[in-house]
Amino acid sequence: MTPIRFSPSSLREGRWYEYVIRFALGGAATVFTGLVSSRYGASIGGLFLALPAIFCASATLIEKHEIRRKRQAGLDGGRRGRKAAALDAAGAALGALGMLAFAIVFWLTVESSIGAAFIGASLAWLIVSVAAWYLRRKMRLVRRARMSEKASGSAISRSRHD
Amino acid sequence: MTEYAVRFLVGGALVSAFAMQGDILRPNSFAGLFGAAPSVALATLAIAVYRHGADYAVLQSQAMVAGAVALAVYGVVVCHLLVRAQLRAAPATLLSLVVWLIVAFGLLSLAGGQT
Repeated sequence: MTPIRFSPSSLREGRWYEYVIRFALGGAATVFTGLVSSRYGASIGGLFLALPAIFCASATLIEKHEIRRKRQAGLDGGRRGRKAAALDAAGAALGALGMLAFAIVFWLTVESSIGAAFIGASLAWLIVSVAAWYLRRKMRLVRRARMSEKASGSAISRSRHD
Repeated sequence: MTEYAVRFLVGGALVSAFAMQGDILRPNSFAGLFGAAPSVALATLAIAVYRHGADYAVLQSQAMVAGAVALAVYGVVVCHLLVRAQLRAAPATLLSLVVWLIVAFGLLSLAGGQT
């Protein structure tokens, strides 16, 4: 069974103003990058192509939605909200590897073909991000299995000693 | 002025599209990949190629490498602030921006970035 699934109902949890804020933040980040590039040059502007401005809004929204869901069930939800936002941050760290691949592929191909640079860089982002996420998940599963094996092994030896 | 209006609309649309992808995907760690999607980069590089040519976009994508490494460090720091320091998402993500700035500019100066 695939661990990745769609949850379209999550879109209904969002309020209309949250989408407006995200659109405005995305637009503002793009304008800001343009302003920095024209004021301080292409290199400094290029740094801000990987600015996590949108991530701040996304993580805050995820935490808020999780807390709201838990409060509806009569629970505090603070811890669960933080955990959901932390998982999102871990995903963003892996996604950054994809962004790194995007930048390198774009840099190496844009002078020969602009279309190929955009397509190749986007594909590189997708492949590297998903591969990094999948590897991390596999490693966590293996580590968890080893830990539970160790725990059950020590329980057996303890029962033999008793 | 028109250029900045176009930047705002294209950037806003791309960021919203990637963010909505993240909203409907589960688990949260997978959805987080879309939080680091190159949405601003796609919009900015497209405009850079159109306005200034491929050479300018090369300079921007070279510097973006440093920004992306800083983003990976940023994600790890946010994760630790949320789990270990038990900060809320807003202060954790905003405080970590300082780390992003230090790593990004540090790497750029190490690489001898030109302005």
